[in-house]
Amino acid sequence: MSLLPELKEPERESRLFLSRIWFSVAAMFLGMLVIVGRLAELQIVNHEHYTTLSQENRLKVVPIPPTRGLIYSRDGVLLADNRPSFSLEVVPEGIKNLEDRVAALRKLVRIDDDELDRFHDELKQKRRFDTVPLKTGLTEEEVAIFSERRHLFPGFSIVGHLSRYYPLGEQTAHLVGYVGRISEEELKSIDPGNYAATTHIGKDGVEKSWEGVLHGEVGYQHVEVNAQGRVLRVVERKPPVQGSDIYLSLDTTLQKIAIEALGEEKGAIVAIEPGSGGVLAFVSNPSYDPNEFVNGISRALYSSLRDSPSRPLYNRALQGQYPPGSTIKPMMALAGLDYGTRTPSDHVFCPGWFALPGDEHHYRCWLKWGHGTVDLTRSIAESCDVYYYSLAKDLGIDRMSSFLAKFGLGRATGVDLPGEPNGLLPSREWKRRTRKLPWFPGETLINGIGQGFMLASPLQLAHAAAIIANRGMVVVPHVVGQIEDPLTHTATQAGVYEREKVQLRSPQFWNDVINGMVEVVHGKTGTARKSGEGAAYRFAGKTGTAQLFGIAQDKTVKNEDVQKALRDHALFISFAPVDDPQIAVAIIVENGGSGSGTAAPIARKLFDHYLGAKAANGNSSG
Amino acid sequence: MAIRPAEERDLFSRLHIDAPLVGGVLVLCSLGLVVLYSASDETREVVINQALRMLLGMGCMIAVAQLNPSRLARWAPMFYLAGMALLVACFLFGTGRGAHRWLTIGPVRFQPSEIMKIAVPLTVAWFLSDKILPPRLPITLVALGIILVPGAFIAEQPDLGTAILVMAAGVYAIFFSGVSWKLIGAAGALGVCAAPLVWFTMHDYQRQRIITLFDPTQDPLGTGYHIIQAMIAVGSGGAYGKGWLNGTQSHLEFLPEHATDFIFAVYCEEFGFVGVLIMLAAYSLVLARGLQIAAMAQDSFGRLVAASLTLTLFTYIFVNMGMVIGQLPVVGVPLPMVSYGGTSLVTILTGLGILMSIQTHRRFIVES
Repeated sequence: MSLLPELKEPERESRLFLSRIWFSVAAMFLGMLVIVGRLAELQIVNHEHYTTLSQENRLKVVPIPPTRGLIYSRDGVLLADNRPSFSLEVVPEGIKNLEDRVAALRKLVRIDDDELDRFHDELKQKRRFDTVPLKTGLTEEEVAIFSERRHLFPGFSIVGHLSRYYPLGEQTAHLVGYVGRISEEELKSIDPGNYAATTHIGKDGVEKSWEGVLHGEVGYQHVEVNAQGRVLRVVERKPPVQGSDIYLSLDTTLQKIAIEALGEEKGAIVAIEPGSGGVLAFVSNPSYDPNEFVNGISRALYSSLRDSPSRPLYNRALQGQYPPGSTIKPMMALAGLDYGTRTPSDHVFCPGWFALPGDEHHYRCWLKWGHGTVDLTRSIAESCDVYYYSLAKDLGIDRMSSFLAKFGLGRATGVDLPGEPNGLLPSREWKRRTRKLPWFPGETLINGIGQGFMLASPLQLAHAAAIIANRGMVVVPHVVGQIEDPLTHTATQAGVYEREKVQLRSPQFWNDVINGMVEVVHGKTGTARKSGEGAAYRFAGKTGTAQLFGIAQDKTVKNEDVQKALRDHALFISFAPVDDPQIAVAIIVENGGSGSGTAAPIARKLFDHYLGAKAANGNSSG
Repeated sequence: MAIRPAEERDLFSRLHIDAPLVGGVLVLCSLGLVVLYSASDETREVVINQALRMLLGMGCMIAVAQLNPSRLARWAPMFYLAGMALLVACFLFGTGRGAHRWLTIGPVRFQPSEIMKIAVPLTVAWFLSDKILPPRLPITLVALGIILVPGAFIAEQPDLGTAILVMAAGVYAIFFSGVSWKLIGAAGALGVCAAPLVWFTMHDYQRQRIITLFDPTQDPLGTGYHIIQAMIAVGSGGAYGKGWLNGTQSHLEFLPEHATDFIFAVYCEEFGFVGVLIMLAAYSLVLARGLQIAAMAQDSFGRLVAASLTLTLFTYIFVNMGMVIGQLPVVGVPLPMVSYGGTSLVTILTGLGILMSIQTHRRFIVES
């Protein structure tokens, strides 16, 4: 063996490399030969065989859409149904003069200009051998008329399928939502395989947020078709799995009573079962007919809905942003007790106004001549603003915003509906970030009575009422109660999600504040005492008025004098019965004037029905 | 034979462009756009989109060609380590339909395994280039390690097809370094013995693809459906094809993935055997030029890189065509420069850019 270090041998390396190159040339040549040989076998030798296969024996995979799950209320009322419907569909390929045929067809079947425009739009997007719907929702008469003259319209066919129908229409539109044709945008975010045969997708409400459960799984049919694409026979079939049925926590009778109670007023009502978070009633008025959207709403109808000054498409219950007004006072009172800033018996003198030291501005109480000496209970029962100006000043904005946040203000509740906003709970940091301004002491006072920057949705206020009813337990509101597998009929309970409990230094504080809320409706001087008269149960509530515009310092304005559109919003949050809360509500009547006069009586109607029906059921079963 | 200094070069060489390679690329890309227009059901946007990606790819190719191969050699290990870091990141945070293949950084979403298709052969070549060749056993084993680590990560994604192609590129570099046939034979034997082991670690769908290959009629509605429909497309094309835009198999949607992995079937159906021969000739031109560049390269790194990249390109072509004509399992390998898609296009053209760099940065030129 040589002890010399080995050296590179360029000559040998080169020779070896070239031999490997020649080897790979040979390998590539061989590979190419294999491919060319195989291609010759397929394309030359067996050409006729494959031509026959390609012309005659065509195996096609046809997806079958799953049946969409149904939506029921907790009392078993059908809210979203699948109904058979007929539509006229066209395969453009092979039709010689399409426009001519469509024109001839319009003499037999009513086809609007809108529908025709949509047809032409879709015609451009799809391929020539794809099916394009021309007219949906044919009447039986139209089906008969067309069927007689079918031979005149090759390439046109009537297809029966299931179409979504909402029996309660506008009563549940803002909750259940609706389905519509899948848009280009939506196409990007769905599994194309599973939606291969699906034409509609949830666009809003439960239909959207529970799309995955309602849709089901696509099925396939392997069919043999001839050269014209006509199905010769079904080779194999994998049936689709239908979507699961959903039971909402909604009580339709309560929903109807709430809608009737609102009448022609604009506004929203949300009722929640405090223990489970289940939404019992969910009303946004005015509403719209979701059935118009299923197969494409006409442009005229859509623009009339969109441009209507009462904004029927706007989901006030979920997305409405209202100043909560005095309805936050119970939470402010809890903050005062918990931080030790106030005790229940601490008194504040209300002369009808409050002023900050060194500031001439008078922050006015709604009662011009003042409440006199006010303790905690009276401050809630009579909604004394001065008490809360003084409390807000002592608490400061930082403690206020961190305490109110525990009641879900300034944060979406997490309800299973799409598009829930956060609302607005102002803080020093928020103002610096968004307005580039420091916090002013006067703003603390204004926010202390729920005016100023603060904004909340009716759902958020009902959620906050439920937290008070629960004495601190925070349950995320939800609209879906049960999911039922349609084949096995096994029901799965939708989860109850609790968030961190609101812990107070003493649980007694809850009772102190709730007593004040009971006085609102049952006390001699309570702001909503009329609504509490003669009730068979005790309930707790808080009125509120959201000011829409500032009133000049030295003027008193009577509500009758103000145009209706400029009147204050009336608010009321409440729960019943006090000792074992079954229902918590938030009611907002836009331009309703006062919470006590307009909103509180609605709560009484809801409670009378709901607790009455419960008692009746309890008696009959027990 | 005359030897001239490299300064006296023609215009193309000074621009670091290799005319035969670029010519072949242009022919193949044009064929790709023509068949894509048909395969995309005459969607103009798809063709424009792909043309833009081709321009991007050619930009990369020309840019890479400007770099000196010695610089590429120095960068190779860094490239490799960066790729490995991304593969590990992919393993930890990757996205993709049930597979950890894609990595999203800001607006960019890409497959790190794609980087490895080039980084692995470059790194193996860089590692071997300063060793005595043919390498001795320990050196060979280290080189194998360089290949197997990323290979294992990619196979884990799970993307067995890409893993095999990445590893093949590295193994080719070892092969060209001149390891003895005995060693190659032993490795081959080991591979055959390990095959059952691989079989049992495979996912069900991967096994299904291999079973189907041997007997497509066994599963005419699943994976076999792809193969049968592709073969009908190819066979019914005949000698001269059904003509551009007239392929019924793809236009009536019998052929799956007809714009991407199965685009060759559309080509065969519409342009027939004659059309295929033209395409194969264009590929052969690129491959032959690649091997010629390897043979003329003046250092070990250049030789190993050029030869292994060329053989890798051949492998892609062979695997894709073999899949379409029912001779290899259905793996997700696009047909270079023809299939719709940007990632592999950029990788392939970058690889060709490296070949051009090796060819045009020679220090002296031998003329016969």
